[in-house]
Amino acid sequence: MSTTARNISKEQVYEWLSSVTDPEVPVLTIQDLGIVRDVLIDTTDNGVPEVTVVITPTYSGCPAMDAIAMGIRMALIGKGFRNIKVEHRLSPAWTTDWMSEEGKRKLEQYGIAPPIRKAVNPLGLFEEDNVPCPRCHSTDTMLVSQFGPTSCKALYKCQSCHEPFEHFKCH
Amino acid sequence: MTNSKNMSIQKLLYTLQIADNALILGHRISEWCGHGPVLEQDIAITNTALDHLGQARSLYQYAATQFNALNQEEKKGLFVSSALQSLIAQGKLLDEDDLAYLRDGWDFRNVWLVEQPNKDWAYTVARSFLYDCFNYFFYTELRNSKDETLAAIAEKSLKEVTYHIRWSSEWVIRLGDGTEESHKRMQQAINDRWAYTGELVKMSEADTAMLAEGVGVDLNAIASQWQERVASVIEEATLTIPQDTWMQEGGKEGRHTEHLGYILAELQFMQRAYPNMEW
Ligand SMILES: [Zn+2]
Repeated sequence: MSTTARNISKEQVYEWLSSVTDPEVPVLTIQDLGIVRDVLIDTTDNGVPEVTVVITPTYSGCPAMDAIAMGIRMALIGKGFRNIKVEHRLSPAWTTDWMSEEGKRKLEQYGIAPPIRKAVNPLGLFEEDNVPCPRCHSTDTMLVSQFGPTSCKALYKCQSCHEPFEHFKCH
Repeated sequence: MTNSKNMSIQKLLYTLQIADNALILGHRISEWCGHGPVLEQDIAITNTALDHLGQARSLYQYAATQFNALNQEEKKGLFVSSALQSLIAQGKLLDEDDLAYLRDGWDFRNVWLVEQPNKDWAYTVARSFLYDCFNYFFYTELRNSKDETLAAIAEKSLKEVTYHIRWSSEWVIRLGDGTEESHKRMQQAINDRWAYTGELVKMSEADTAMLAEGVGVDLNAIASQWQERVASVIEEATLTIPQDTWMQEGGKEGRHTEHLGYILAELQFMQRAYPNMEW
């Protein structure tokens, strides 16, 4: 049965989107990241369904966004859609608060310290978060650089097990 | 020309002013890619370049939308670039890439500070520090713009700029309050960059017009916040603020130092030599 003949619900589309992952952190789906803001389903005059997925970028220059948009298209093409739109919405700006608890758990298992929300002084200097090591859970860790291999991650070093690790920055 | 049309042109020029600062500074910083003093700092500084380029993209996309809504006469009067004039004459719509890659130096409205060469790590840090301190307070205010798109871009960008201002401020302190040699060179870099800071907070015609519309930011208010932040970091760094510097300016009116031409030659080469090529 083709997609045109079916009644498609938003929930169904959300479920299909759960197969799309972040290319930089492949354990996280785009739902875990909380970047899917809306799904709109429209039926055009000739009965062909059109689906619009609204996503919000994590960082302005994040190169993963193009790959994610492509992943969304591929996932929905696989379900029989032909009219697929991926829209970017800037406001409200993405925050790590939108990351699911499941996502944070997966991050830690993957070896990346998940974001922790705490009060920060935006103009503070030389301040460090007390980020626990994802391997040995020691809190004796040291910030190496606020900037990691991708915009969303900082570099840390554990003083207990001496392993370097990445921290998904609170943003 | 009616007043409302005039305002749409002013808003476009205002958007380009912000976009050009982001693109040119992002390009300058990206020149460090693979050349940073240590791996972590190479990664750090190129991350900030990526943020600036990402912000430039959002702004150019918005500028292109504004441009495409103008009438033909207004479009023709905006840019000197013959490449763009030819697209306009053909009735083509412009996109973000056309604005970044096909405008000439005179069409760019970035301030002189951002086009200055990297020279060394101290000069690069000084340029970023003086600009980040401006950019942080600028985006903080622009979040309140009556223009929803500019407000949204500002809200998004501010989060990124918060990392930039911290990074560059810490480096000014690390070098200023470091060794005798690093102190001397950091001070020299601040002194030499200082002449370009007046322009950051000088109101252009577009700044004034957009402030009156509730779209733009009052740069006079930013000036005191900028001074306060810069002074506190410079003091912490055991450095001194240059006095009696003659301020250099012209970028917001399309007049530039000789450096912009070389930047554009590299930045625009592919699109100029092979129009419409894609990676
Ligand atoms: Zn550890």
